[in-house]
Amino acid sequence: MTMDKIWVLVRQGILDTAYMTFPSTFFAYLLGLPLGVLLVISQKGHIRAMPTLNTVLGAVINFLRSIPFLILLVMLFPVTRVVMGTAIGTRSIIFPLVISAFPYVARMVEGSLKEVDPGLIEAAQSMGMSTFQIIRKVLLPEALPSLVNGAAICITTILAYTAMAGAAGGDGLGKIAITYGLNRREYGVMYAASIALVVMVQIIQILGNILTNALDHRKR
Amino acid sequence: MSESTRPMIQIQGLTKIYGSGASQVTALQDVNLTVNRGDIHGIIGMSGAGKSTLIRCINRLDTPTEGRILIDGQNIMDLKGAQLRAMRRRVSMIFQQFNLLMQKTVARNVRIPLEIAGVSRKEADDRVKELLKIVGLEHKARAYPAQLSGGQKQRVAIARALASDPEVLLSDEATSALDPMTTQSILALLQDINQRMGITIIIITHEMAVIRQICNQVTIIDGGVIVEEGSVDEVFTHTRSSAGRRLFGIIKDEIKEDEITEALRIVFDGTTRNEPLISSFILKSGMPVNILSADMHRIGGKAYGQMLLSLPESYADREKLTNGLREMGLTVEEVHTS
Repeated sequence: MTMDKIWVLVRQGILDTAYMTFPSTFFAYLLGLPLGVLLVISQKGHIRAMPTLNTVLGAVINFLRSIPFLILLVMLFPVTRVVMGTAIGTRSIIFPLVISAFPYVARMVEGSLKEVDPGLIEAAQSMGMSTFQIIRKVLLPEALPSLVNGAAICITTILAYTAMAGAAGGDGLGKIAITYGLNRREYGVMYAASIALVVMVQIIQILGNILTNALDHRKR
Repeated sequence: MSESTRPMIQIQGLTKIYGSGASQVTALQDVNLTVNRGDIHGIIGMSGAGKSTLIRCINRLDTPTEGRILIDGQNIMDLKGAQLRAMRRRVSMIFQQFNLLMQKTVARNVRIPLEIAGVSRKEADDRVKELLKIVGLEHKARAYPAQLSGGQKQRVAIARALASDPEVLLSDEATSALDPMTTQSILALLQDINQRMGITIIIITHEMAVIRQICNQVTIIDGGVIVEEGSVDEVFTHTRSSAGRRLFGIIKDEIKEDEITEALRIVFDGTTRNEPLISSFILKSGMPVNILSADMHRIGGKAYGQMLLSLPESYADREKLTNGLREMGLTVEEVHTS
């Protein structure tokens, strides 16, 4: 296959991969961010201690996270068909990706928010802030650099998952690499698709690092 | 009772117990305390004496196990939700570690209490400028806390605490992380705020120098119990409790019986000027004097602090020394020291 043809193939792969990755990340955060906040504030000794709820949430998240993505993808076929209209194709894979990623996002958010100095929360309470105000004005802004860093990690993780889209009739770089490399022995295409994946991950991670540093005012 | 004489804070039968069963710890035991309007009231004690728990009960960051706390006559024990938050805006707090938001500028930090109170943007901006001027940091409005020194951070925290126009300011070891020079300037600022705005201040500390510099009332707390209280002058010149004596450095923390010696304690309470009193006494009496220790501070040209002299062997010499010093207007007492 000529370089031109490979590039056309890989370029479409990049677009498909991005089309699966970014909306999935967005919806995973829509669910995972509030859940992560809830995981933190419901801890014992935090601003809205609810130990039972905290334990139950933790168990559910651990359960979801322990199912391998490929299996979750298959298990979710009936649900995906209802939610997305169809269970196969590039677009419909967004739903299982979200379901698989949001517990991971919740844990990342939890980790970031736990880094916030408890003294700040105490100061916020002493000022007469409500729970919602503490979340909005203290927890999230103070954890922002860490949250952005976590988001870069989440995006790259979801991007890696999209490689399995081929199993459900989806496209993308992973599908190209498997179809051409494994099935047709066209290793040039496989390498090109893999390099494109690596480059995408690198760009996202580098942008994430730059943004994290730019947002962090803790250093002089 | 008239408005001006009603106590600002009344603490009645306050007990705080942490944990339950065998691991139960009593942090405070039946504490009764009254803080008058406009006072700077110091609460001093060693680490773990319960003073931090006490101050945290006053704005309900900690919930007492038993007892009542009245702020301006209002019982705050039953306050919940919006009422509790409204009370906390009247009782501001500053902390040892400053607790500033590190991702927000100085101006944004000071603005936060105004944002919570729903003050308009324009009005809040003006007020922030005013507050930063009071603490002498108007030129640092756009700086981030990480770019400030410890003393500057505490000034920002004080400006933030004043933003809600509080009636009471709680200071939890606010100068403990600062060097002596910075401590002095922060204490001077607090005194200025107390005098100019009439804000009642409660100061938690383990340093006697802090109490001596700005407090008019002091409460000594030890093992969760109040062991001594009164005006700073009174408590310092006639220290009764052993916790007080330890805090004032009359006896060391861990002493053995055979290490205790008798000594004469002279208290300088600011009534004497910068005169060489001990030298004068020696010259006049021709009697040698052995100084065991001295801890003196000069504030506004006046001498504050104490000095320990070794007691002469003979009774006659003791009398001569004691009476001679008393004639010079000094407060003198015999103590046991280590």
